[in-house]
Amino acid sequence: MEKEQLEKIVKEIFIDVLDKKDIVLTNETTANDIEEWDSLAHIRLVVAIEMKFNTHFSSREIQSWDNVGDMIACIYDKIK
Amino acid sequence: MKDFFQLLKNLKKDFTGFTNCKVAVLGDTSTQFLTQAIRAVGYEKRLDLNVWETDFNQIERQIYDTSSELYAVHPDIIIVFQSAHILLSKYNKLSTDEHDMLASNELSSIENYYAVLSEKLTAKVIYYNYTEIDDHVFGNFASKIPASFLFQLRKLNYELMLFASKNHNFYVCEISTIQNRVGKKTFFHTSIYINYEMVLSVDVIPEIASKTVDLIAALHGNFKKCLILDLDNTLWGGIIGDDGMENIQMGSLGIGKAFTEFQYWIKKLKNRGIIIAVCSKNIESVAKEPFEKHPDMVLQLNDIAVFVANWENKADNLRHIQSVLNIGFDTMVFLDDNPFERSLVHSTIPEICVPELPEDPADYLEYLYSLNLFETTSYSHEDKQRTALYKIEAERKTVQKSFLNEDDFLKSLHMQSLVEPFTTFNIPRVAQLSQRSNQFNLRAIRYTDADIKFFAESEKYFTFAFTLEDKFGDNGMICVIILHKENEQTLFIDTWLMSCRVLKRGMEHFVLNKIAGCAKENGFKYLKGEYIPTSKNEMVQHHYKGLGFESSNEFWRLDVANYEDKKCFILEKYSKVNN
Repeated sequence: MEKEQLEKIVKEIFIDVLDKKDIVLTNETTANDIEEWDSLAHIRLVVAIEMKFNTHFSSREIQSWDNVGDMIACIYDKIK
Repeated sequence: MKDFFQLLKNLKKDFTGFTNCKVAVLGDTSTQFLTQAIRAVGYEKRLDLNVWETDFNQIERQIYDTSSELYAVHPDIIIVFQSAHILLSKYNKLSTDEHDMLASNELSSIENYYAVLSEKLTAKVIYYNYTEIDDHVFGNFASKIPASFLFQLRKLNYELMLFASKNHNFYVCEISTIQNRVGKKTFFHTSIYINYEMVLSVDVIPEIASKTVDLIAALHGNFKKCLILDLDNTLWGGIIGDDGMENIQMGSLGIGKAFTEFQYWIKKLKNRGIIIAVCSKNIESVAKEPFEKHPDMVLQLNDIAVFVANWENKADNLRHIQSVLNIGFDTMVFLDDNPFERSLVHSTIPEICVPELPEDPADYLEYLYSLNLFETTSYSHEDKQRTALYKIEAERKTVQKSFLNEDDFLKSLHMQSLVEPFTTFNIPRVAQLSQRSNQFNLRAIRYTDADIKFFAESEKYFTFAFTLEDKFGDNGMICVIILHKENEQTLFIDTWLMSCRVLKRGMEHFVLNKIAGCAKENGFKYLKGEYIPTSKNEMVQHHYKGLGFESSNEFWRLDVANYEDKKCFILEKYSKVNN
């Protein structure tokens, strides 16, 4: 899967889980930039991504993400 | 079962009109998702659960501080979720010589919680039991060491059951058996635990919420009462009508084992108070044969309250079963291996619970276990008798359905009628019938106790009171006749009334045979009848015509000399006509 395509899918998951249609995601986006992205929403995002790509993140992986770019890179590594 | 994300969509739906209930969740780990899921599952059972949760690790403060939010909320239900993981961390902090005290320490703290809560609130307490964690410090030897964690955890679970058995408002919710079923790998995700203090995976949350809501719903009187079973390939392997007795599968060999174990499960449900019924496309005698003769059959005919086997549409048969038992469709569960029948029933009567039985009968039981269909919040000695009680009520209607020929059915009832004149003993009931009978009442003239007493004593009248009993039971007095000696030739039927309970049993014929006989014996030539219409007695407008009376002016007349007794399957029990 191309990275662009992956980004598109991840954005769809964010829209669905955060229930926010006009979301803007860049590699630098963090939870501080999106009001709806609180700690519970974060778990829902992680689980939804795990379900979508049929994968599982370790606790260390989850802790290592600082922004959306890290997240996508991590998913990309797992599924490529 | 819906996944967590699908469930969350329920939260936006309309809960108006649902049963309202306040629920408090006290947990020692993060419970936000569980709380949302409980409300969402409530939607599917028409419960509007207002779920309030404490911040985690507040259990003690919320309970012991009676000015806390918990008491302000005044919940109907309090869910206490103390996790096995926190139990393990408590164990870890104890010194080695205190390890064997873990279970009893925890139990006494739970007992104290319950005591304080019961003193201040009327809420019911639902306590999640502990999912098993084996730290493998002792390996298999843990069983021999009371101080091992596994030993203490299991002891605590056992003690919780004992405590629940003695304390009315304390219920254990079995989340441990959910972990046994789905496996710890699905139940518990380390990354979620480490990062978010959640000991339940998002995958298992719907299961936990559902089992919790089953209990809450049962506490609100929402539970199943009746299990209706198909026969061929559901209760036994094969088709009795095609394969015959010797070839259907049951017993200890191969797939037969699955059916036998399934039957034992049903038998246990029956003994617990679930009403068992059969609804099968079959010839009744063929369908009943295995019950009567097959050596491996666990269920017997007397376990079945209503037995319906015919070729009619199953939805209609289920409606029949519902009307016989007189319970709601939403309390009924229907099991059938045939997806067509299931879908027919589900689409026609959506209130009935129709589990999607797996294709392989070997999977029936495990699948049904997972549904937790028969939640209850009480169990008494009477529950064991329930099927028998319903069976008596149901038998008459069921028997009628099974006879193609009405005469055969009537004969099988072994009906008997006691015929007596009015006496001091039956006068109150005669008067009551005269006052209350509306539909089957030819002239609808009402008489009081005093009037009835007058007829009883007068030389000018013959009086009859009829009872009807059959092999199922006694209906009591159901018919009253008063004959007036109008002149030397004519007996006038002043009163003919009957209870509608005994229509279509041939009672009219029995009565006419009786009174025509009375007329003949006493030298009268005619019986004279009259129909006076009222707003309610239309059903008898053709009564006399139907019985062979001839129209004569405003009245009806029967020539008793030429009268032949009508066919009737009621025997006279005892007669004492006053002359």
